[in-house]
Amino acid sequence: MSALLEITDLNVHFATPDGDVHAVKNASLSISESECLGIVGESGSGKSQLFLAAFGLLAGNGRASGSVKYRGREILGAPTPQLNTLRGSAVTMIFQDPLTSLTPHMKIGAQIMEALVLHRNVSREEARIRAREMLDYVRIPESAQRMRQYPHELSGGMRQRVMIAMATITGPDLIIADEPTTALDVTVQAQILEILRSLKQDRKTAIALVSHDMGVIAGLADRVQVMRYGEIVESGPVDDVFYAPRHDYTRMLLDAIPKAGEMPAPVTAVGAPLLTVDDLQVSFPVKEKGLFGKTRTLRAVDGISFTLHQGETLGVVGESGCGKSTLARAVLQLLPKTGGRVVWLGRDLDTATQNDIRKLRQDFQIVFQDPLASLDPRMPVGVSIAEPLKALEPHLTGETVRERARGIMQRVGLDPAWINRYPHELSGGQNQRVGLARAMIVNPQMLVCDEAVSALDVSIQAQIVALIRDLQAETRMSLIFISHDLSVVRRLSHRVMVLYLGRVVEMAPSEALYADPRHPYTRALLSAVLTPDPRAERARKRELLTGDLPSPLDPKAQLSFLASKLDQPGYRPKLIEVAPGHFAAEHD
Amino acid sequence: MSQNLSAALPELKGRSQWVDARARLLRNRAAMASIVILGIIVFLAMFAPLLSPYAYDEVNYDLISCAPGWWPFEAMCTAPGNIFGTDAIGRDIFVRVLYGARVSLAVGLVATIVSLVIGVLYGATAGYLGGRIDDLMMRVVDVLYSLPFIFFVIILMVVFDRNFILLFVAIGAVEWLTMARIVRGQTLSIKQKEFIEAARAAGVGPFSIITRHVIPNVVGPVVVYVTLTVPTVILMESFLSFLGLGIQEPLTSWGVLISDGADQMETAPWMLLFPALFMAVTLFCFNFIGDGLRDAMDPKDR
Repeated sequence: MSALLEITDLNVHFATPDGDVHAVKNASLSISESECLGIVGESGSGKSQLFLAAFGLLAGNGRASGSVKYRGREILGAPTPQLNTLRGSAVTMIFQDPLTSLTPHMKIGAQIMEALVLHRNVSREEARIRAREMLDYVRIPESAQRMRQYPHELSGGMRQRVMIAMATITGPDLIIADEPTTALDVTVQAQILEILRSLKQDRKTAIALVSHDMGVIAGLADRVQVMRYGEIVESGPVDDVFYAPRHDYTRMLLDAIPKAGEMPAPVTAVGAPLLTVDDLQVSFPVKEKGLFGKTRTLRAVDGISFTLHQGETLGVVGESGCGKSTLARAVLQLLPKTGGRVVWLGRDLDTATQNDIRKLRQDFQIVFQDPLASLDPRMPVGVSIAEPLKALEPHLTGETVRERARGIMQRVGLDPAWINRYPHELSGGQNQRVGLARAMIVNPQMLVCDEAVSALDVSIQAQIVALIRDLQAETRMSLIFISHDLSVVRRLSHRVMVLYLGRVVEMAPSEALYADPRHPYTRALLSAVLTPDPRAERARKRELLTGDLPSPLDPKAQLSFLASKLDQPGYRPKLIEVAPGHFAAEHD
Repeated sequence: MSQNLSAALPELKGRSQWVDARARLLRNRAAMASIVILGIIVFLAMFAPLLSPYAYDEVNYDLISCAPGWWPFEAMCTAPGNIFGTDAIGRDIFVRVLYGARVSLAVGLVATIVSLVIGVLYGATAGYLGGRIDDLMMRVVDVLYSLPFIFFVIILMVVFDRNFILLFVAIGAVEWLTMARIVRGQTLSIKQKEFIEAARAAGVGPFSIITRHVIPNVVGPVVVYVTLTVPTVILMESFLSFLGLGIQEPLTSWGVLISDGADQMETAPWMLLFPALFMAVTLFCFNFIGDGLRDAMDPKDR
């Protein structure tokens, strides 16, 4: 097999105010025709810069040296016009964020046609037909109508399909997919990977798949290269790398991925529950476009009930827009609810004044998704950590507060000497430890983790999950663990609740839910979860959901899995106890 | 450097953001030099009568519009004893500039600080609380904005009699409005940030959130606007004085001196040069201090 792309000893340097950064060190790789090469690495490993450098797309302060050959022709440092005949035509790219990589003021159709008209010299009419065919190929429904829409009118998954259509329409030899599914929900991720797989099989397109997720690579790649700190530490056929990793780092990456059977010891629910949520509803008014647009009600949380006992972990799973974060905020009284009750230790929080609730915050704390955004950039982390203590126990002396801040920092694995550091001086994982320390300093009885590990690299994710587990074992606190990632939830939760458009579709003890999912949505979610097991991934038959999540404003949306009741708009599927403690919503 | 040192100490004191900000300000040479120069000007203004043998209202008809003794260019007459020369009725310009500094600096600083405090608190409160309260508070601002300034000052003077304090009140009452709008706008965007929600979830009260999280984060635009306010206020005072509503002769201010000096620019340039020089240096100092403060408040800045 001849190499399509051959990169030898590529080095990338960036000149920054802090000195020279050697982002890619002596990287060599080759991709053959119709082959899929997976590049794995955590953030900052230089995996994206490698390809940007190869095709002359480095930022202004970057320098690349070495050799990049495309079909035997040297292209590193080639003049832009020569590269332009290659880029977008024979080699195309798909980026992580499909919103920022589409031009916002151009219609979808025009953007797809652009590459074709530019590179293949076809008439506009023919280009239009080809563009529509392409949209059909990437399974965009109502393609004729979509051609006339703007990028912001499409969902993230649809936009990523448009990106793939744009990248494929010129019939390239090589597609570079840089974290193509990272910003997407699991079910949409599965659909996108399916499209990439069919590209490789039907069209014999070579794919360079860059990802931090071993699961994404496992199902698609023929060969894998593992990158760390700009160096390729291991490379080989996918089965060898996954089943017999030679480098410690690869082993660490594989071990960090949660596996089945790692469930926490069960807790026995004794006495009255700590928290009872009864038919909780939160809705937001949504104004339609235009001067006289009607105001409609978006039911973000539409009647959710659950209880939480001491020491128990409730996992909350759902895709973006299912209301899981809204639920957390309403339970914590950070958002006003529109209906239902939240009872904390037998006390209905409706009867509590704002001041009472502020005092009650000692008992329930939250850790947010984005560790950097949830810390005040102008406060040293020590001050941030001590803040809840100062607010909730103002009688403490400064010395005691500092003592406890130091203590909790040590407990979450932060060096107490970092008390004066600022959030931007710490890494994402360290900042999340700060967030955890801030929540834990007041010894809460309940901790809500809202996607607390989603923004972190897998290895860091595993550390933080382990830390949360240890803290829970020590303090016997209850946990509401919200995530879109089913495998992480499994590691921590005693019970799991699956949300779909603001309602519970299934709630069951963790073991039962993963072993015996009853609701079709849960099954689809579970089947979309990727495992770092190439053979299983290749053999896997997926229960794919088609299309997007319906709009929550659509009154029929709730009945997606209950078509027989479609003639009764406004009907809400009921939760039925299908086994002891295992509830599933009505479905067909 | 300090971090390495402190890491070695077992008992580490937490620094607040203000302590860090002060350390960064002290490292800023331009800001520190400006503070020193401004300090000298303030010192001169305070001890003006001791530094000169002349009084600010001492008229000398023998020395009318005389250049200082060292004046290198041609002049009608020279007054070797008056280092900045004399004005049209023979008063010493050096001592008048220093007396003018008292008025101008007082007006400039007091009116700016008043507008800063009211504007920032008002704007941050309106922006943070939002909803009806925000609407109501900002409509009050709109109404005050629509009052014609001169008319407002004349009414104040008529009702309360002409008074130095009224000058602060009048200028402060107008200047805080823009500040409140700027701060409110910034607050609206900061309010959406996750760290504000995190603070709420941590149990921090609304007042503490405004003072600890919102205000430090709006400091950039505020400082820029303050450095623009000081000169505006100083000029506004001279305008009011020109209309006979502010400082009255023989007391003076930089604004008055500059406008008098501008009339005689061709025959007696020193009458314009020295007050203008003092004012320019002062305004430069304020600008550098403002920049220094803004940078000092931002930990990401290097």
